[in-house]
Amino acid sequence: MEKFTVLDATAAALPTPDVDTDMIIRIERCVRTPRAEMGRWAFEMARYRADGSEDPAFPLNRAPFRGARILVAAENFGCGSSREMAVWAIAGMGFRCLIAPSFGEIFYGNCFQNGVLAIRLPAPAVDGLLEALGAATAPVRIKVDLAAQTVTGSDGKSHRFDIDALRKKALLEGLDAIGMTLAREAEIAAWQDADRARRPWVWP
Amino acid sequence: MSLTLFDKIWNAHVIDDLGEGTALLHVDRHLLHDLGGGKALAEISGRGLSVRNPELTFATADHVISSEPGRTGGAHDWAQALVDSLRLESRKAGVRLFDVGSDEQGIVHVIGPELGITQPGTLMVCGDSHTCTNGALGALGFGIGASEILHVLATQTIEQRKPKTMRARFEGELPKGVYAKDMILALIGKLGMAGGVGYALEYAGAAVRALGMEARLTLCNLSIELGAKVGMVAPDEITYAWLKGRRFAPRGARWDAALAWWKTLPSDPNAAFDREVELDAGSLAPQITWGTSPEDTIAIDATIPAAKPEALEYMGLAAGRPLAGTRIDRVFIGSCTNSRLPDLRAAAEIVRGRRVAAHVRAWVVPGSVGVKRAAESEGLHEVFLAAGFEWREPGCSLCVGANGELVEPEARCVSTSNRNFVGRQGPRARTHLASPATAAACALAGEIADVREFLA
Repeated sequence: MEKFTVLDATAAALPTPDVDTDMIIRIERCVRTPRAEMGRWAFEMARYRADGSEDPAFPLNRAPFRGARILVAAENFGCGSSREMAVWAIAGMGFRCLIAPSFGEIFYGNCFQNGVLAIRLPAPAVDGLLEALGAATAPVRIKVDLAAQTVTGSDGKSHRFDIDALRKKALLEGLDAIGMTLAREAEIAAWQDADRARRPWVWP
Repeated sequence: MSLTLFDKIWNAHVIDDLGEGTALLHVDRHLLHDLGGGKALAEISGRGLSVRNPELTFATADHVISSEPGRTGGAHDWAQALVDSLRLESRKAGVRLFDVGSDEQGIVHVIGPELGITQPGTLMVCGDSHTCTNGALGALGFGIGASEILHVLATQTIEQRKPKTMRARFEGELPKGVYAKDMILALIGKLGMAGGVGYALEYAGAAVRALGMEARLTLCNLSIELGAKVGMVAPDEITYAWLKGRRFAPRGARWDAALAWWKTLPSDPNAAFDREVELDAGSLAPQITWGTSPEDTIAIDATIPAAKPEALEYMGLAAGRPLAGTRIDRVFIGSCTNSRLPDLRAAAEIVRGRRVAAHVRAWVVPGSVGVKRAAESEGLHEVFLAAGFEWREPGCSLCVGANGELVEPEARCVSTSNRNFVGRQGPRARTHLASPATAAACALAGEIADVREFLA
């Protein structure tokens, strides 16, 4: 997994609450589109018009948000379906960090599996960032420092965020979760042996 | 110390405490399906890894297969390729597959309980957010993503942060024409679709205890629409009687030992929950959604609220008017929410001796081959067919359209499924979520209708 340390990059704003993963990537794309091409189809229902051209009404099509690597979103972002392709699609658009008051829980976990940092900030802090980005006519930069656990807006105001120590370490060091757990094979085998005695009916 | 049902099952699966409330948990049952199962198994072998416990892993074809009568797999090349891949890879890995054409095939969250793979106290995962359905048996089930699927295949474990607990009590007795689907839609309407984020939910109270197992499965199925990954009902005599004798359920002395443990699982009387909510089941009316989120629910006889203008525009509705009487085009009775035998019985009771409105295309898609055969042995298929419904083959079908079956743009569908998201049933399709009985009533009326008017 790619490491995440500091990201100082252009930010984009999507102020719609409850953006579900069906909105982020349609099921047909999950089934039929190679992962490398998914970024093009992220948010396709809102992003493109019927003729395939970009819909100027969709916030992420705004000029100041081009090339953004940080996405500031509203409450419950990524709710609904467990499809990890939603993260692949957002990462495919170029985003490496997402900031919202809350996330759909499965989506939140999926972000970290793909080296995408999902940050929960209190709603007033997110509202402030959304407001500044919404009013922007030129690209706005936000700085995210994972080691320090801070988000610093263009106004210089810094917000501290919470993150599990394990997730933080995995991102900072680019760790492979499967490899780490495989190294604990003896522990898993011992647990299973004990469980076979404790709950024999669970074991076919 | 007093513990909740959730705490007890969580504690029974901790291999190691990783600190800060995160644990490495053992996975007792891992279910795979055709949308990602073949690819995940191929990736495991491609990385030089192997499936650690194939005997705890089960696969079925449900998402991409056709529901057309006579189907043998997918209706399109890309769908068939996914089915073929699941067949090949599950054979290579030694994972049991409930294939198209087998007696056990069905929607993953229907067959898990039906075959007794789901048992009280088991920790289950599947790459599908509606894995919370399994909590109805007092199991701890939750949906995972593609990367976590690989982790579970390789290690039979998963890292999880322990959620907070919430108890939702439904007291009173359900009125006629009101079902588990209406209970859970009403709860989502009350708490909002983020109301359960960060919680494991337990459903309790007299109205929950009175529900049969299939209705409890419906209740738990929509937990994720509250944002809760986990929804559970404590196991009781209804659970044990329902489970006993099922194909993968324990037998003999193993059953007795299991039963003794299962009976220790319900939340202790003084167990504290981080949050408690209560609903009066006795005052509920049949529910139906008007917008593009499951929280956009109203009583069937209520007027459309003046909220969410974008949702109203998408749905082609105007605020301040009754929703009942709105003309519909499609009806879908099916999905992991509402495709089990009692669901089909409730719908057939409304349909019997009546006709689907001429302009409506109505489908019944049973949740599994087991459900389909049981319904046919009661003659339910004849009730539906005589009324003008299509009686189709088991799978996810129109709930998510992953198999290419879609509701047409701007067509209005009353659906017993779980999500009315924008584009869920097809681009620009308009979905109204409701119970099977309400969906049946709407099919007959050709418009959104109050099922209570069809009940004797």
